[in-house]
Amino acid sequence: MTKIAPNRREMLAGAAGLVIGLALPGAARAQSGAAAVIRGEADAVFAPNAFIRVAPDNTVTVLIKHIEFGQGPMTGLATLVAEEMDASWDQMRAEHAPSDPQIYANLAFGIQGTGGSTAIANAYLQMRRAGAAARAMLVAAAAARWGVPAGEIAVAEGILSHPSGKSASFGELAEAAAGQAAPEAPRLKEPSEFRLIGTDRPRLDSRAKSTGTAKFTIDVYREGMLTVAVAHPPKFGAVVASVDETAALAVAGVERVARIGAGVAVYGRNTWAALQGRDALEIDWDESAAETRSTDELARIFAEAARRPATPVEGGGDVDAAFAAAATTHEAEFEFPYLAHAPLEPLDAVIEHRGDSAELWMGSQLQTVDHQVVAGALGLDPAQVRINTMLAGGSFGRRAQPTSHLAAEIGEIARAAGPGAYKLLWTREDDITGGHYRPLTVHRLRGALNAEGRISAWENTIANQSIVAGSPFEMLMQDGVDATSVEGARDMPYAWPAHRVSWARMEAGVPVLWWRSVGHTHTAYATEVFLDELLAKGGQDAVEGRLRLIRGDRPRDRAVLERVAEISGWQGPGRGDRALGVALHKSFGTHVAMIAEVSEADGMPKVHKVWAAVDCGVAVNPNIIRAQVEGGVGYGLSAALHNELTLEEGGRVAQTNFDTYPLLRIPEMPVVEVSIIASAEAPSGIGEPGVPPLAPAVGNAWRVLTGAAKRRLPFAAPERDLGRA
Amino acid sequence: MTDFKLNGREVSLSIPEDTPLLWALRDELRMTGTKFGCGIAQCGACTVMIDGVASRACVTPVAAVAGSEVTTIEGLEGREAAAVREAWVAIDVPQCGYCQSGQVVAATALLRETPKPSDEDIDFAMEGNACRCASYVRIRQAIHDAAAKLEG
Repeated sequence: MTKIAPNRREMLAGAAGLVIGLALPGAARAQSGAAAVIRGEADAVFAPNAFIRVAPDNTVTVLIKHIEFGQGPMTGLATLVAEEMDASWDQMRAEHAPSDPQIYANLAFGIQGTGGSTAIANAYLQMRRAGAAARAMLVAAAAARWGVPAGEIAVAEGILSHPSGKSASFGELAEAAAGQAAPEAPRLKEPSEFRLIGTDRPRLDSRAKSTGTAKFTIDVYREGMLTVAVAHPPKFGAVVASVDETAALAVAGVERVARIGAGVAVYGRNTWAALQGRDALEIDWDESAAETRSTDELARIFAEAARRPATPVEGGGDVDAAFAAAATTHEAEFEFPYLAHAPLEPLDAVIEHRGDSAELWMGSQLQTVDHQVVAGALGLDPAQVRINTMLAGGSFGRRAQPTSHLAAEIGEIARAAGPGAYKLLWTREDDITGGHYRPLTVHRLRGALNAEGRISAWENTIANQSIVAGSPFEMLMQDGVDATSVEGARDMPYAWPAHRVSWARMEAGVPVLWWRSVGHTHTAYATEVFLDELLAKGGQDAVEGRLRLIRGDRPRDRAVLERVAEISGWQGPGRGDRALGVALHKSFGTHVAMIAEVSEADGMPKVHKVWAAVDCGVAVNPNIIRAQVEGGVGYGLSAALHNELTLEEGGRVAQTNFDTYPLLRIPEMPVVEVSIIASAEAPSGIGEPGVPPLAPAVGNAWRVLTGAAKRRLPFAAPERDLGRA
Repeated sequence: MTDFKLNGREVSLSIPEDTPLLWALRDELRMTGTKFGCGIAQCGACTVMIDGVASRACVTPVAAVAGSEVTTIEGLEGREAAAVREAWVAIDVPQCGYCQSGQVVAATALLRETPKPSDEDIDFAMEGNACRCASYVRIRQAIHDAAAKLEG
């Protein structure tokens, strides 16, 4: 997802007073879902604010407002707190915060939620202030106990000490600190004082995740719980016409069958019973409103739209005159398929419906929206519903649902069956065929070169469905353009003498969603591959040519490109029987350049090594930044090589599971070398920005190897002429 | 009635014999470290050892393990298992962590067979275990690290 606040910097500045506001009066606490945790269900005795609990056993637990699905907010936000508290890393713990749209809001969104690679960026000052306030209260407590001035007390590694020889741990002072007033404006460290920020911190969750003890939603079992499998429509937009549940109810262990909005729910005493029961359902589907066009047909329609004038997105100079005066012109169409996110833990949720209250366990990425939808489904007030955000087995955007369709599904399951505990489990087939895909997209690019071989005009027309139009996030539409459809194709780092970027909004019955790096997934490939072709046509080196084009106001883009050229030893694209390809792309505030070393094997690219240079501002935890770029390379490569969702004639999704939607495996994973630019700029995102440059870097090497740019992703799909619709 | 040994302890289940071992472990025995990812032996999230051999619990009917010894991530013991776990933690292999039980079981099985695996050995042994976060760079490194530690 893209950033929601129009001006993130302003939002962060506006957050300055927030920690103070977190000292809620008692009555407000009781109203909030945070109350139980703040009061300390564990044995915490010092809760200086909504984010920190210090227990007598000397542990410091940070309540993490963002969901942890691998991208590292538990470790990252805890690092920010520990830095300002001067805590020992060993005493730090992290757990998910409860659902609360104000206290635990993403400051870039205004509601609680995770996405757009915003976790560190929006929480950077907030968490540090929370930690600094806690530290000040501990110091005040020590000063009072020891009868010494606060200014004489030092704090290091979780120990407060005074030159007189007195010392105490956080745990020992926790109770006394709870009686101190929270400071209005605690002093924050200067970057030169950082001892944790900027260093490799081990993840707080690695051990639990290496020993099978980490608890995900699927691992929640409640007393008397029934497991529910839902038969979803076989085509997008189809609905149940009639259902014969006789055979399903005859399956041992099946307790109930209910029609809900999402389809037909089968309640079993265990998972196997629910799945067998679902298989036994006989359902007639009403397909009169279903999307029945194939993706072949949709791609042709989208391509046709990309060839016509469309809604202006960005432009400058006289494009038509530049083309008329061009020495050479070049044009190309690029096609990108629907993609499933395919997190390894399929979508799931557990609810305990108690009549006048309910408790939900779910890997919710937009807690505030999901919270309201579940409450609404059960006719409860949100205050009567508690949401436990669970570790999630990946998301990549899939769990951030503007429509809250999963929360609605579990809410309806509970409403249909009445009080009790229910686990909704999607199968992999539900996931792969269930829509909410990265949008099918066609780019049409045109470029003009002057007599010197320099680019004189650039034109890009993009055709795809809007992710946000018609959703609760419709406010993200700007001047009739969905920013997530075109991000990365505008505000490029290059100075075009003349350019025009346009967007054609397409309609189709296939639900679409943000997929790790969203619009950048396709704009980076189309623009950087086409640019590489233009540079080659003009006789320019891929790195030198880009450096020549980079705008004067984009020094960070220049720096990452120079860095990646340096660490890869770039001297042009040839390297024996292999080739190097380069790509540069900024997303979510982070600048990334990549070079991929590629050979050809059986008609497919074999990627041996990827060098990445990254500027994400202050590098809070380089260990996690490297991991996210490594993972971004693998995620991007899986899509580039293998992945596509196609609709057959009639509208059925052709792929169903990992046999037909193959994930990247370890033999295909390249070596990845990541270089992080030292920076004092505000931290920006890292969960997504490693994805976009990978595919074009591979694609540019591929063109050098084979002489032809790949116009259609994935590489496994044959090229085709989209002709005229 | 199906009897087998789970993590060294005798268990007896009265469930339909075609119930996949995965759901028997999770729903009946609450061994939740073993995960569901695909149900068709394509992802490896459900990898357990059956009589010492890394196997996919999602396509193994519970009846097929009658009389066998099943080891899940929770019961994985021995020097290879310890070395793998420590190597995994030392370089922070997991991201979301969901596939990692299966990865750890598969890596342990590899090191028991092949104490000093080459990159090709690792590719062959671990190819069946998908990691959607693509933590593969670190999986490969951690296996080499564990092997080095076992050798040292």
